[in-house]
Amino acid sequence: MSETSLEGRTGAPFAMVVEQGKIREFARAVRAEHPAYFGEDPVCPPTFLASSAFWTDDASSPLPADALDLSRVLHAGQRYVFHGPPPRAGTRLTGQQRVERTYVKQGRRGGTLRFTDVVTDFRDADGVLVAQAWSTLVVTEVAATEPGVQQ
Amino acid sequence: MAGIALGSIGPALVDGPLTVTDFVRYQGASGDMNPIHHDVEFARAAGFPNVFAVGMRQAGVLAAYVADYFGPEHLRQFDVQFRAIAWPGDVVTYTGEVVALDDAGTHTVCTVQVQATRQTGEVHLAGTAVFELPPDWSPATAAA
Repeated sequence: MSETSLEGRTGAPFAMVVEQGKIREFARAVRAEHPAYFGEDPVCPPTFLASSAFWTDDASSPLPADALDLSRVLHAGQRYVFHGPPPRAGTRLTGQQRVERTYVKQGRRGGTLRFTDVVTDFRDADGVLVAQAWSTLVVTEVAATEPGVQQ
Repeated sequence: MAGIALGSIGPALVDGPLTVTDFVRYQGASGDMNPIHHDVEFARAAGFPNVFAVGMRQAGVLAAYVADYFGPEHLRQFDVQFRAIAWPGDVVTYTGEVVALDDAGTHTVCTVQVQATRQTGEVHLAGTAVFELPPDWSPATAAA
């Protein structure tokens, strides 16, 4: 499948409930210490939406199973945008992933780097867009310890 | 606005030496169980000399470091580029520098450049965080 044909593809929507215990676990794992994560009405840590992995399955992915060589996929960048305060525990989110863009660059040590930007939209129970997460994935042709890309 | 100025946000956070336990703890919390971060045989078969750190763990530490300072509820954007791999045993230093303060009327938009650096001086992560700070913001109210 050509890469440009991936652009615009979407995965199936998935539910994600922001949970108090999960916030506490995630905050500890990233050394977050602010009391806002540990009270009765905790807010999610900045990169907490990474744990949406517990709420997705194969159908949630906008990428066909054979689109990326998983042994060569690295994580080049990540971005979160919150359209208001980050969600708090108890929030029921609906997420949906979409391939926003695919592009190619030359690696510093030769070889082609094939990039894929995937965005996940997170909406609340009223359908309001509350957060978005962008993941930039790269498939390398050369050894993946090359500076500039990392899992 | 009281208590906010361009420049460093203060003491850096020093994290490490990183352990595989740190990686596993993050992997369990995030749901990313890629064995390349905890299974040495798997990592070697993939061409790496050892397991290596989960970039998203340190990205999470970096984001939390700066959000702990400004207040997590005020965060509006965080982006990070993964520049170089970090390895078990690394000591990572996290820093933040306010590079822009823009008056938006009801709040101040505060842009912070953030970085995570290995003990070698190599940049592990580089990124930006954006906060919307209310008029009564101060480091003391943000920490509460």
